[in-house]
Amino acid sequence: MTIAEIVKCLDARVLCGEENLGQRVTSACCSDLMSDALAFIHENAMLLTGITNAHVVRTAGILDLKCVAFVRGKVPPPDVIGMAREAGLVTMTVNKTMFTCAGLLYEGGLRGAPMCWPSRDEAAG
Amino acid sequence: MVRAEYEIASGAYDCAGEVSSDIKRQLKQLGIDAGTLRRVAVSSYEMEMNIIIHSLGGVINLTVDNEWITLFSKDRGPGIPDVELAMREGFSTAGEDARNMGFGAGMGLPNMKRNADTFNIFSQMEEGTRITITFRVI
Repeated sequence: MTIAEIVKCLDARVLCGEENLGQRVTSACCSDLMSDALAFIHENAMLLTGITNAHVVRTAGILDLKCVAFVRGKVPPPDVIGMAREAGLVTMTVNKTMFTCAGLLYEGGLRGAPMCWPSRDEAAG
Repeated sequence: MVRAEYEIASGAYDCAGEVSSDIKRQLKQLGIDAGTLRRVAVSSYEMEMNIIIHSLGGVINLTVDNEWITLFSKDRGPGIPDVELAMREGFSTAGEDARNMGFGAGMGLPNMKRNADTFNIFSQMEEGTRITITFRVI
């Protein structure tokens, strides 16, 4: 799915990174634990989370994530949105629970990363 | 050959991730491939967070030569009482403050080990923990 399609699917409000809405996302991860995200997220992924601090943007940068959706109607503080904007990360807020968001995206064709850790070849992209 | 040393303070949540971002930037400038870059960045981020969350402060050393990228961390204690337990996925002693910020999933050490080509840990109570992880340059 493109990020623009994800925005439409979730009826989300884009907070920053509008210029990158055409990028494609191939998998998603739902987590409020950044260490879990670091362990399980694959290439070209998006993160759905209820955490709104700067660590989410830093984690996204480490993982080269395409976009982050803040669920349960959460909106990060302006400095965090500023960091994301500077990094070219698309962020959005969704007034739905994480479960509902995941369901809508799955229905839309997006899949999660496999539970097992990626093989070294996959991790190498 | 590249060498860099980063001092990391205990509890420095505000600047957590800055060291890893710098390491990633440096490696990118050296032309390291995207997959290796990602594995090193994830591991250094976990290393950095472990020092911030669990230790009394420490350092991370980055060394790059033609064949290997090496990350070495050394902290000033208190040390890990049971390393085998700490290596178990999901086991964490992180406090409420770390968890509120999205850390403490108990994936730090296993995540480092999984991403690196070699992983070595040595910990002694009262003295501290030393971790060496290496990545083969493709």
